Amino acid sequence: MSRLALTDMARRVARDIPSGAYVNLGIGMPTLVGQVVSPEKEIVYHSENGILGMGPAPAPGEGDPELINAGKQPVTLVPGGSFFHHTDSFMMMRGGHIDVTVLGGFQVSEKGDLANWATDDVGHPPAVGGAMDLAVGAKRVLVLMTHTTKDGRPKILPLCTYPLTAAAVVDRIYTDLAVIDVVPGGLLVREVVEGLGRDELQERTGARLSFADDVVPLVPGAV
Amino acid sequence: MIDKRVGSLTEAVAGIADGATVLVGGFGNSGIPVELVHALLNEGARDLTLVTNNAGSGETDVAALLRERRVRKIICSYPRSSGSVWFEERYRAGEIELELVPQGTLSERMRAAGAGLGGFFTPAGADSLLAEGKEVRVINGRRHVFEEPLHGDVALIKARKADRWGNLVYSTAARNFGPTMATAAALTVVQVREFVELGDLDPECVVTPGIFVDRVVEVPA
Repeated sequence: MSRLALTDMARRVARDIPSGAYVNLGIGMPTLVGQVVSPEKEIVYHSENGILGMGPAPAPGEGDPELINAGKQPVTLVPGGSFFHHTDSFMMMRGGHIDVTVLGGFQVSEKGDLANWATDDVGHPPAVGGAMDLAVGAKRVLVLMTHTTKDGRPKILPLCTYPLTAAAVVDRIYTDLAVIDVVPGGLLVREVVEGLGRDELQERTGARLSFADDVVPLVPGAV
Repeated sequence: MIDKRVGSLTEAVAGIADGATVLVGGFGNSGIPVELVHALLNEGARDLTLVTNNAGSGETDVAALLRERRVRKIICSYPRSSGSVWFEERYRAGEIELELVPQGTLSERMRAAGAGLGGFFTPAGADSLLAEGKEVRVINGRRHVFEEPLHGDVALIKARKADRWGNLVYSTAARNFGPTMATAAALTVVQVREFVELGDLDPECVVTPGIFVDRVVEVPA
């Protein structure tokens, strides 16, 4: 079955980020989005630890060891960038000042509930970080995740079974199989990977899907 | 004459008592007051409650306090990270209590303490397990959870420069929790890379005014 590679998924998200946006990219898969955004767009990246105007990683051996991103990786500051303390940083996040956030997800429900901080694995001590503040605060919450788990179970469900990060916050879901909007009344499929039938997509999805009149094909390698 | 400078790390942490709540700045390995935490280890206080974003990694600073069993409880947003072996060891053995707090709530609870507020309602976590047992109220159509202020007996933070009044400027992303923690503790202790003369810091650029600072110690990079 054809599916999108990670780079294609990131490219698809990047297309939806408008020039001029203040953007926070979550740790992991969402970080890739920053690497594939068109250089013609002027985007200000926010990092929860107190950076606006975050730039790419420094050259090896260069850079400031204390200038790191939320994933604790070394980064740089672009001209016009600024530093501020944690309380101000989370004011930006919670207070609706961030235009777009891209987050990873364990599960998303048909109402746009997001579970992305804890599973049912009790062997691990819990950790939450900034996920809950971002999910409730960003103007648009985009979720980037594989459509199913590694063993094929659906991650888009009528109700999340994992602990919630936040209820009814997700605007759009990007997977390796489809682009799906959370709309009043449920989930609306906008784009489907080329060659995958509607029934096949529904079989891999726990929640009931409806389809836009003009579903667009996602072509692997040409997103 | 006001002079908040102290001559040694030992003086900087003198008097921190058993059972104290200690706010420790830093995010990942950025902005951790490593030398002050090691001085606290040597000072010997036990039964501590630590408030810190991460629970240490490797063998230094917060991880060393955990290894040496000085910590009774940790209030934290992201304790699990690569190398957080001592936290995980103590947590799994049931030897340490964990209060998990969303990161923005952790910071804002300390801000509330520093600002003399009795707490606040936040939407962050209101629909999550972390709201269990707390008051939830619908405000402007949205669920918010009540969070209490979080005071420290002591704050240990790191900055770049200080003058003798305790005015501070920081260094890039190492600023993180420092300015908020400085306001929230009864005793705020700061390690800086460099002392400067009174008047040398541009008043337009002072990040933490000295009123929030009690002791500063120089630890050159």
